[in-house]
Amino acid sequence: MIIKYFSWIKEHVGKSEERIELPDHINNVNELINYLNELDKKYSLILEKKKLIKIAINKTYSSFDTNISNNDEIAFFPPVTGG
Amino acid sequence: MSKNFPFIKIKIQNEDFDVSDEIKFLHQKNAGAIVNFIGVVRGYDEKNNEIINSMTLEHYPGMTESEIEKIVFESFQRWELIGVTVIHRVGNLKPSDQIVFVGVSSKHRQNAFDGCNFIMDWLKTKAPFWKLEENNNKKNWVSFNENDNQALKKWEE
Repeated sequence: MIIKYFSWIKEHVGKSEERIELPDHINNVNELINYLNELDKKYSLILEKKKLIKIAINKTYSSFDTNISNNDEIAFFPPVTGG
Repeated sequence: MSKNFPFIKIKIQNEDFDVSDEIKFLHQKNAGAIVNFIGVVRGYDEKNNEIINSMTLEHYPGMTESEIEKIVFESFQRWELIGVTVIHRVGNLKPSDQIVFVGVSSKHRQNAFDGCNFIMDWLKTKAPFWKLEENNNKKNWVSFNENDNQALKKWEE
């Protein structure tokens, strides 16, 4: 699985992208962020700011309870500020 | 998808754009009206009362284009439009630099006005871009403006 981070989430996590092997017991984005948080506390920001943070699965807006698989690309980013 | 719609142009680029060239592109077929919006970098942050020296725009390649495509296709569903161009710059920009161009052509003006307004409102809330403002000693990620969500209400049916 590819995980991407943008804007201040990228700065906090310290990378823009990483590849992980998704464990079998992780079924949705909620479970993924809990799993990441267990691996390293730097991911706790995503839990803390969950109400604010947006998610895309395979470059399409999704929600925290959407099912995911190891072939997916997940992105975490703040509300957008273009234009 | 843009290839199938020759009068849709969507570009994410570092380079500046030439407004008169873009108007020429929209000035075709049976167009009777061309409306465009140009977003420009402000040199002052009114919220924090600070001068802005430069701004860096980050985006999510692939998703940015597909989100803008969805918005543009929706505008063609809602109004009788002839051509649409959306150009959004990324990378480092300075005050008074052009950031975004949205141009819409149609047979009659109201469709072009509404289409342009609609595309810009949705781009502000859905297209994955993030602005980092920089002055001499500070960097600040611009926070989302709730007014941009309010602006969408006028498009509810």
